Amino acid sequence: MGSGGLIVMDETDCVVDIAKFYLDFTVDESCGKCAPCRIGGRKLLNYLKKITAGRGTEQDIADMQAICDAMNKASLCGLGQTASNPVRSTLRYFMDEYMEHIRDKKCRAGKCSRLIQYKIDAAKCRGCTMCAKKCPAGAISGELKQPHVIDQSKCVKCGACEATCKFGAISHA
Amino acid sequence: MISLEVNGVAVSVPKGSNLLAAARAANVKIPTLCYHPDLKPGASCGICVVRQLVPSRNPADNGKFVPSPKLLRACCTEATPGMKIITHDPDIVQVRKTVLELILANHPNDCLQCPRSGSCELQAIAADFGIRENPFPKEVVHHDVDKSTPSIVLNPDKCIKCGRCAEVCQEMQNVWALEFIGRGEKTVMAPAAGVKLADSPCIKCGQCSAHCPVGAIYENDETAKVWAALQDPEKVCLVQIAPAVRVAVGEAFGMKPGALTTGKIYAALRRLGFDKVFDTNFSADVTIMEEGTEFIKRFTEGGELPLLTSCCPAWTDWMEKYAPDFTGNFSTAKSPQQMLSALAKSYWPEKNGVDPKKVHVTSIMPCTAKKYEISRDEYMSASGQQDTDVVLTTRELARMIKAAGIDFESLPEEPADKLLGAYTGAGTIFGVTGGVMEAALRTAYCLITGDAQPPSIDFQAVRGMDGVKTATIDIKGTKVNIAVAHQMGPQERRQAALRLHRGDGVPRRLHRRRWPALPGDGRGPRPAHRRPLHRRRKVDAPHVAPQPRGPVPLQGLPRRQDRRAGRQEGAPPPPHRLQAGRGLQLLVRPRVAYAQRRRPRRFRRGRSFACCLLPTAASSRRG
Repeated sequence: MGSGGLIVMDETDCVVDIAKFYLDFTVDESCGKCAPCRIGGRKLLNYLKKITAGRGTEQDIADMQAICDAMNKASLCGLGQTASNPVRSTLRYFMDEYMEHIRDKKCRAGKCSRLIQYKIDAAKCRGCTMCAKKCPAGAISGELKQPHVIDQSKCVKCGACEATCKFGAISHA
Repeated sequence: MISLEVNGVAVSVPKGSNLLAAARAANVKIPTLCYHPDLKPGASCGICVVRQLVPSRNPADNGKFVPSPKLLRACCTEATPGMKIITHDPDIVQVRKTVLELILANHPNDCLQCPRSGSCELQAIAADFGIRENPFPKEVVHHDVDKSTPSIVLNPDKCIKCGRCAEVCQEMQNVWALEFIGRGEKTVMAPAAGVKLADSPCIKCGQCSAHCPVGAIYENDETAKVWAALQDPEKVCLVQIAPAVRVAVGEAFGMKPGALTTGKIYAALRRLGFDKVFDTNFSADVTIMEEGTEFIKRFTEGGELPLLTSCCPAWTDWMEKYAPDFTGNFSTAKSPQQMLSALAKSYWPEKNGVDPKKVHVTSIMPCTAKKYEISRDEYMSASGQQDTDVVLTTRELARMIKAAGIDFESLPEEPADKLLGAYTGAGTIFGVTGGVMEAALRTAYCLITGDAQPPSIDFQAVRGMDGVKTATIDIKGTKVNIAVAHQMGPQERRQAALRLHRGDGVPRRLHRRRWPALPGDGRGPRPAHRRPLHRRRKVDAPHVAPQPRGPVPLQGLPRRQDRRAGRQEGAPPPPHRLQAGRGLQLLVRPRVAYAQRRRPRRFRRGRSFACCLLPTAASSRRG
């Protein structure tokens, strides 16, 4: 991930999200002197944000690879030269996850909130209204003792409903 | 000489050359964007990257040279013996192109409305790389345009953060007005401490705009004001052109550099609609008479000496801001521009029966600082109203001539108008470094001796573009020491100040221009060559003949002996100007410890105190 270290993560971590996290740090740390690091870092981060928001395209991957190469070779100091490593290594080893984000608009780890949806299984829902009470966005509606529904346009993907539900009726995918 | 290989071609370059020079020797041009030959390489853009071939570490390769995975910046890498360099391969070109596309993605790219369109280095390099489409999304951070000074406009939106402006302002001009503020992607080029340019120590010399590769810093365009005056039937439009302009206009029309186009400029100005065309050389002559007389008065009757003179308002501004102790040494004569404008709004209307209020004076000048000079204080309104109405730089004039559809090259040579258009050769040499000094001294010589023509005095010693030149002129047995400072960087200024201050070899006159080279295209000249490093030592060399009247005490400044011995009892310690931090000036009292230190190593260049204190001879020689 740029530091020469090895990081062990399980399947609940999304590699695109992790790359975004590291890049966010290096963009913040960039001094701004040389163009590849100053501009390239921000552009890379914006591409990753775009992909994790489900708006990525396959062309973005090619553009990101060009930026990574330029940052690695033309940055002045070690920070800029290694800032793109998280993206380079995740692109190299986890291209399938990037492609899932881009083509299927899916995040298998469920970390990219824009790509997941919370749903209530009507068969399991007992209509206890706890989820509706917990929902900070007021996205859940339903009569008492009747199955509830989530208004996806209002949902902020906070996961509060899933944590609250005692019957396992709410899940995300 | 250093021998190395560039793209397989053996070349040798002088020691200390960078890889750009080595590539040139091999007839290869490495593209650059932030690099400028005048300045220390900033290494910020990442366009000039090259690859070095290094011996393989793999024993199987048997010491074969293989491409190094990392790239070097050619601008700041010194050529070393036996180096093998590859300047162009598909990978390097792709890296350069990507970096360029990234820079372009954060640039407004509104080339059609840009003042630098056609002379923009970013535009040129984008064309060289054949960039038609940019894959990266456009993100331009908007900043306010700074139009607080009448001379220079800052547009940070267009800035590519090459660092040239800050470098030239700080290191070459020693003004420290411009600075990069913020870090990372929030870096912005701005006056130090984030103030407006007018509130900064800026002296409006225009060197930042002369070195800006893009349209982020440019001269304030005032052609609209002149067009409006020309179209006003009530106004009597007078115009004056400065000595330095006559060469530079020709260049703007693609004529040979150095082509004198005085007559054509007069003709073009008449065709633009100016009623009378005058020449600043007339008032340059007036200035010389005035300064020569003032010098004689001070010399014979005793007055503040040495006499300091320059027609450059940027210099005056610099001295007022950074060396206020010397304001008493200034010549009290105005600059030729202001003299002619004052005459054009008082003497000329009187002689021609014109209402002075209807007179509109435009002056064509080579420098952005002249725009600032016309309204700097109340003395610039000697005629009762502002003497000079508008100052146009050479390039603004060239734009007006083009806009009016005048075929400049085929214009006939016309004379200037009478009364304020005649001049001697003395005025013409105002345009060269040391010219003012030479002209004034010749005049002083004639006034003192009563001879019509000075005999063959060698004024050559003070001509040219070296840092500080000194000479001794013998006027009928009286020796006059003179010094000409050209583009005083910290070192040169320290030397001149030191000699002025010490009293040994005190220059009687110090003439100085802020520009580093011959006048150019109106934003100040575009200097051609990097200052050689050995100049630092060279300025130490001149020894001036003993002067006749002993050391000249300078008010408010301790003499060297006084500093060594400590101050006299009861005398207040003289203020020293320290440079504390970037862009900030502090007036503090020197500590006794400083005065007693024999070898103040900390005053060497590069330390925060270095610039404005007067060091001992030993320390400056080392510096």
